[in-house]
Amino acid sequence: MSDLHKLTGAYAMDALDELERARFERHLAQCDDCRAEVAELRETAALLSESVAVPPPASLRESVLSGISQVRPLAPEVATIPVPAPARPEQPAGRRAWAPFLVAAALAIFVGLGAMIVAPWADDDEVPRLTAAEQVLQAPDAEEVFLDLGESGRATVVRSKSQDKAVITTEDMVVAPEGKDYELWFMSPEEEFVAAGLMPDAADQTVVLDGSAAEAIAVGITVEPEGGSKQPTTDPIALFDLTEAT
Amino acid sequence: MTDVDHVRPVPDGAPQGAPSGGDSPQLADLLRRSALGDEGAFAAFYDATSARAYGLALRVVRNPAHAEEVTQEAYLDAWRSSTRFDPARGSAAGWLLTIVHRKAVDRVRSVEAASARDETWNRETAPIDHDQTSEAAQASLEAARVRNAVATLTDVQRRAVELTYFGGYTHTEVAALLDVPLGTAKTRIRDGLIRLRDLMGVAS
Repeated sequence: MSDLHKLTGAYAMDALDELERARFERHLAQCDDCRAEVAELRETAALLSESVAVPPPASLRESVLSGISQVRPLAPEVATIPVPAPARPEQPAGRRAWAPFLVAAALAIFVGLGAMIVAPWADDDEVPRLTAAEQVLQAPDAEEVFLDLGESGRATVVRSKSQDKAVITTEDMVVAPEGKDYELWFMSPEEEFVAAGLMPDAADQTVVLDGSAAEAIAVGITVEPEGGSKQPTTDPIALFDLTEAT
Repeated sequence: MTDVDHVRPVPDGAPQGAPSGGDSPQLADLLRRSALGDEGAFAAFYDATSARAYGLALRVVRNPAHAEEVTQEAYLDAWRSSTRFDPARGSAAGWLLTIVHRKAVDRVRSVEAASARDETWNRETAPIDHDQTSEAAQASLEAARVRNAVATLTDVQRRAVELTYFGGYTHTEVAALLDVPLGTAKTRIRDGLIRLRDLMGVAS
């Protein structure tokens, strides 16, 4: 029995972090035994709530009922909606989740950059103007941090202090869970996260982070409810240590 | 508790003395009607499940105001996604409580990430504090059955399951709290739950 099968209990009780969960869900998509076990263990866990039942304040009922009157139930799922992405070969889970991300490596590889250089608005007789992303990527003082997120993809953050901007490029990035977005953050020298925009839902992309990058000591990605949050509500799934950038 | 006078109504047509069941086909039917936009059916669904939902949220997030928010969000989600509920894949109560638990856990982790670590201290020093909420907890046969089943777990299994489900800790954190290797925590969480499943006769 592989390690992944043993995660049914932790998964059923929401005890996996976002990345472990994403990995396990890919496994679930192709493992009937685990799906059946997860269903049973969720039922079992739910029974535990019997022992802690407490009647809620009456006002909650009104809030709930007035809330539902303002939204309709979602359209039902129809058969054409694809199920979770085809699973890749299993990887042993269980290593300490954040450890890989905290180690900054400097192996940036940029793919597909050439294709972006010709900006559509460039005049014919001019050197093509650079997009904001390219200006950062090609800045003389560009420094970069590459992170391999395992099955979740690869990402590189490039920051130019002179441009005061940072860019993130991703490859094969798993899409955010349904109803969630990846949100980008700058970490200030005081170690506070400052929102730097959302990442579009695409596996391979290049995004300029919103806001001032010159002082940031790190860039983080968190999984947030759709539309993003003002402050991170989850631990980062990736943290790019810019003090280690090369 | 301020709302001791609040009595949990029994859902329409539910057999007496069996309001708790995740099991009850009535609940699944209420959800099915909710999916068609029947707000009255959803109100009945709420009445039949809200003590468990709120109690669970309260147990995990501890702060009553947060617990209310979590519960409300969970019900709104349940309403919105009632069209996705599939009775073939599990009970209606189990489905709802899965949503509640996930939201409660998200909340407790984000509170922790955002604010300092004082919450952690609280949770660590009183990780299995039943009494905080149980005075108000509803006595029911089902609850007694659950407690009896939990009592048969080994000490490590019980603590692993409780820290995970009620504490909202990740399995990595549970391993650290119990000072056991991660693999052990993972296994205890799973075999504890499997034992409960077998004792309580849960089948998919």
